[in-house]
Amino acid sequence: MLKHNIADNDFEVRSTASATTDAGTPDHKWFHFLKYLVTGVLFGIVFVKGEVVSWFRIQEMFRLQSFHMYGVIGSAIAVAMIAVWFIKKLGIKTINGQSISFTPKKFNKGQVYGGLIFGSGWALTGACPGPLFAQIGTGATVIVVVLLSAIAGTWVYGLLREKLPH
Amino acid sequence: MIELLKQPWPWYITGPLIGLTVPALLLLGNRSFGISATLRHICAACVPAGIPFFKYNWKAETWNLVFVIGIALGGILASTFLANPAPVEVNPALSNELARYGITNYNNLVPGDIMNWQSLLTLRGALLMIGGGFLVGFGTRYAGGCTSGHAIMGISTLQWPSLVATICFMAGGFIVANLVLPFILSL
Repeated sequence: MLKHNIADNDFEVRSTASATTDAGTPDHKWFHFLKYLVTGVLFGIVFVKGEVVSWFRIQEMFRLQSFHMYGVIGSAIAVAMIAVWFIKKLGIKTINGQSISFTPKKFNKGQVYGGLIFGSGWALTGACPGPLFAQIGTGATVIVVVLLSAIAGTWVYGLLREKLPH
Repeated sequence: MIELLKQPWPWYITGPLIGLTVPALLLLGNRSFGISATLRHICAACVPAGIPFFKYNWKAETWNLVFVIGIALGGILASTFLANPAPVEVNPALSNELARYGITNYNNLVPGDIMNWQSLLTLRGALLMIGGGFLVGFGTRYAGGCTSGHAIMGISTLQWPSLVATICFMAGGFIVANLVLPFILSL
């Protein structure tokens, strides 16, 4: 039972059951991934030009010295919330005519412990996972080491997760 | 126009554009915005080591890996064609504090004085980059998401556990940035 609960607490990975329903969508040919590549490119440009990937901006945020990051995160949430409300309200489907689904998140202690651990790493590196990729793109090649270390951290979590409180 | 784009973008342009990523991914393929999961997919693809957490169909999440390759390409494009010629502007209180630790280079978004290949071999650099990176990877997966998956996707879809996670992200950051980072920077 415990195992089952833990297996369900990762909201960014689809369960095997819902992944199979994906088979009907045309996301399996290489050119169908181009739309995600383009979205990623635009997103990366916004990250760099908005200085969201700046170590200095993150330090200002955690010292209450600048409104910038609070404005970015707050307005991003507001815009996303309005968009999601419209999608739900109007029953909008994907460009392929597939229904859009939302997975409810269950609370577990990992959100507290893991949240505090990630916040600590965020303050040290000045980056969350997305900005790491953008920082490397800007030519800060040493951030490859930070990324590899983050992958190692994810792997160690996977190794220890049955023993960790959730 | 291009000169305007080269300036640092204000929060009220940046934030809404980041927010629009959520409906964009939903409309393009019913995909939930979340970036830290890519670290898990890389583990599952490269070093699964028989660990149950890494036994899943990571190929069904290929879009996520393509998306972060796009983010890196976006970083290349922005720093090549839209580079801001001026140094990064920071609050004087922060630059005064950082000057005490020998951090005076504001030419890049990443502080070149402490994050470079040479300083990787110092205790200070290793704690910041290797230690910090490890905490990012371990913490995001333990929490089940990061700033994109919880703070933006989670809160905007009214998931209260995501609000809890986001408050903990901020709490951990406040504590470490103000109490632990000064100690590490003085090493």
